[in-house]
Amino acid sequence: MVYKTSDKVFNIFINVITLICVILCLFPVLNVVAVSLSSNSAILASKVFVWPVNLNFESYKAILKDSTMIWSLVYTVIITLVYTVIGMFLTICAAYPLTKQRLKGRNAIMLMIIFTMYFSGGLIPDYMLVKNLHMLDSSWSLILPGVLSAFNLIVLKTFFTSLPESLEESAILDGCNDIGVLFKIVLPLSKPVLATLSLFYAVGKWNSFMDALFYITDSKLYPLQLKLYQIIVNSQTVDASIGDGNMSQNLLPESLKAACVVFATLPIVLVYPKLQKYFVSGIMIGAVKG
Amino acid sequence: MGKTNTAVSKALPNKLPKKGFGHYLKRDIYLYLLLVLPVAYFILFKYVPMYGIVIAFKEYNIFQGVFASPWIGWDAFREVFRSDDFYRALKNTFLLNGFDMIFGFPAPIILAIIINEVRSVRYKRISQTMLYLPHFLSWVIIGGIALQIFAPNFGMIDTIIKSMGFKTIPFLTEKWHWLATYTGIGIWQSAGWGMIIYLAAITGIPSELYEAADVDGAGRLRKIWSITLPAIKPTIIILFILNIGKISMIGFDRPYILGNQQVKDFSDVISTYVYRVGLQSSRYNIATAVGLFQSVVGLVFLSVTNWIANKSGEQGIW
Repeated sequence: MVYKTSDKVFNIFINVITLICVILCLFPVLNVVAVSLSSNSAILASKVFVWPVNLNFESYKAILKDSTMIWSLVYTVIITLVYTVIGMFLTICAAYPLTKQRLKGRNAIMLMIIFTMYFSGGLIPDYMLVKNLHMLDSSWSLILPGVLSAFNLIVLKTFFTSLPESLEESAILDGCNDIGVLFKIVLPLSKPVLATLSLFYAVGKWNSFMDALFYITDSKLYPLQLKLYQIIVNSQTVDASIGDGNMSQNLLPESLKAACVVFATLPIVLVYPKLQKYFVSGIMIGAVKG
Repeated sequence: MGKTNTAVSKALPNKLPKKGFGHYLKRDIYLYLLLVLPVAYFILFKYVPMYGIVIAFKEYNIFQGVFASPWIGWDAFREVFRSDDFYRALKNTFLLNGFDMIFGFPAPIILAIIINEVRSVRYKRISQTMLYLPHFLSWVIIGGIALQIFAPNFGMIDTIIKSMGFKTIPFLTEKWHWLATYTGIGIWQSAGWGMIIYLAAITGIPSELYEAADVDGAGRLRKIWSITLPAIKPTIIILFILNIGKISMIGFDRPYILGNQQVKDFSDVISTYVYRVGLQSSRYNIATAVGLFQSVVGLVFLSVTNWIANKSGEQGIW
C-alpha cells in the first residue's frame, strides 16, 4: 500500500502517541520491579527509575524465607481453585436449564437472578449471614458468599443459546437425558467460553480483598491481597512473629514492599499474555446482553 | 434460538390440553435438578440478606439476635440524616464518581480511536496487550504501586518533578491533589480495558464508508471525525447513560485502599463509611440503613437512566 506524505506523518504521529500511552501504562509497574531489585542507598538517592541500581535479590530472599508469605500464596491458590471449580459448576448448572424455553418457571427464575444484580441487602446483612452461618474466620467465607456470579451466568446462557439445537435433539433421540446432553454435547462445544469464565472467576478471587477484610481476623487465614495490604499500606512487618525472619530491620521497607507487590503480581503477569484473548472474547459475549 | 422454535413453543401449549405443573416437573426433572443448587445459592446468599435489611429498623442486640431485637422504626434513618459524616460520604461518592465521569469516561474513547489508527497489526496487538494489563491488577497492588511512585523525596514521580526544578507535590496527602491522583489512577487502570467495547464498535463499521471517503479525498482526521465518531456515537451514548445510572454506587476497594487519614474529607465514601460505622463501630442498624438508602437510590437512578436509554431509541439493559 502506498501512503501519501501527509499519511506517513500521521502514521508516525499515531505510533508515537500509542507508544507514549504504552509507556505511561507500563512505567509504574517497571519502576516497582526496579525498586524491588535495587539497593537501599540507590532508592533513597532517587537513582532508581525503570532499571535496577546495584542489582540484588535480598528482598526476594527475605520473602522466600518468610514461611507465612509462602503459606499465604499457597492458601490463596487453593482458595482460588476451589472457588473457581464451585463457581463454574453452579454457573453451568444454572445456565443450561435456563436456555430451555419449554421450562416452566424459567422467566421467574431469570427475574429472581437478574434482580440480585441491581439490588442487594448491603454489607451488614451480608456480614450477619456469614456470621450466623458460623463462617467468620473460615475459608468458606471467602469462597461461598460470591461464588456464583449472575453476570457470568448470563454470559454462559447467551453462549448456550447460540449453539445449534439440532445437535441436542439428535442426542435426545439416542436416549440421552438432559444432563447427558449437557455433559456430552453442550460442554465439549463450549470449551473456549468455559475457559473465559473460569478466568473471570479465578482473577476475581485472586484480586479480592474486601471479603477477607470483613470476614477474616485470624492472620493465619489472610489471603495474599490482605497480607499485602497489611505490609504495604499499614507497614506491618512481613513477619514479626518468626525469630529468624527479622529482615524488616535489616532492609529498607521500600524495596521489601516493592518486592511484595511484585510477588503478588507475578502469578497474574505470568499467565496474562497467554490468556488475554479469552478475556476479550468473554467481555464481548457479555456486552451483547449486559 | 431460531424464530421458528420460539413460535412453536409458544403455539403448542394453547393447542394441547392444559396440564398441571406436576407434568412439567416430571418431563423436565433433570433440568429442575440442575437448578436446585444455584437457586438455593441465590436464596441463601442474596435474598436472605435482603430480609436482613430489617436490622435497619431494629435496635440490634447481639445476645437477642435479629428476630428478638426490639423494633425502633425509623430512628436509625433519623440519626443517619442528622449525621454530617453521612452527608460528607454521600457528597464524596458523587464527587469521585463525577470526576470519573468527566475525565475517566472520554479516555477509553480517545484511546480506541488512536489505537484504531495504528496501521501495523503487530504493533497494534502488542500495544493492546500492554494497555489491558492494569485492569488485571488488584487495587491492593495498584495502591502499593501508587505509594511507591508517588512517595515524596525518592518516588519516581517526585524525582522527575524535582529534576524539572519544581517542588514536591503532595499527591496522596492533600485532598485536591489526592482527587486528581485518584482520578488519574482510575484512568490508568481502566482506560485500556474500557476501549475494547469501542474497538468492537469501530470494527463493525463497513469499510466501504472509508473507501468512499478516500475517493472524495478525505484525510485521516476528517474520516475519524465524519465516519468513526458518528458510528460509535450510539455506543458512547448508551455507556454514558449507564454510567450516570451507577453514579450513586461506588466500590469499596479503590477509595479505601487509595484513601488515607489526611484526605478523608474526600476519600470517605458511602461504602467505606458503612464499613467504618458498621463493622468497626458495630452500629449495625445505622450502617444497614445507609446501605439500604444507597441501594434504593441506586435502583432509582438505574431505572430512570434505563428508561431514558430506551426512550432515546437505544437498547437499555432491561
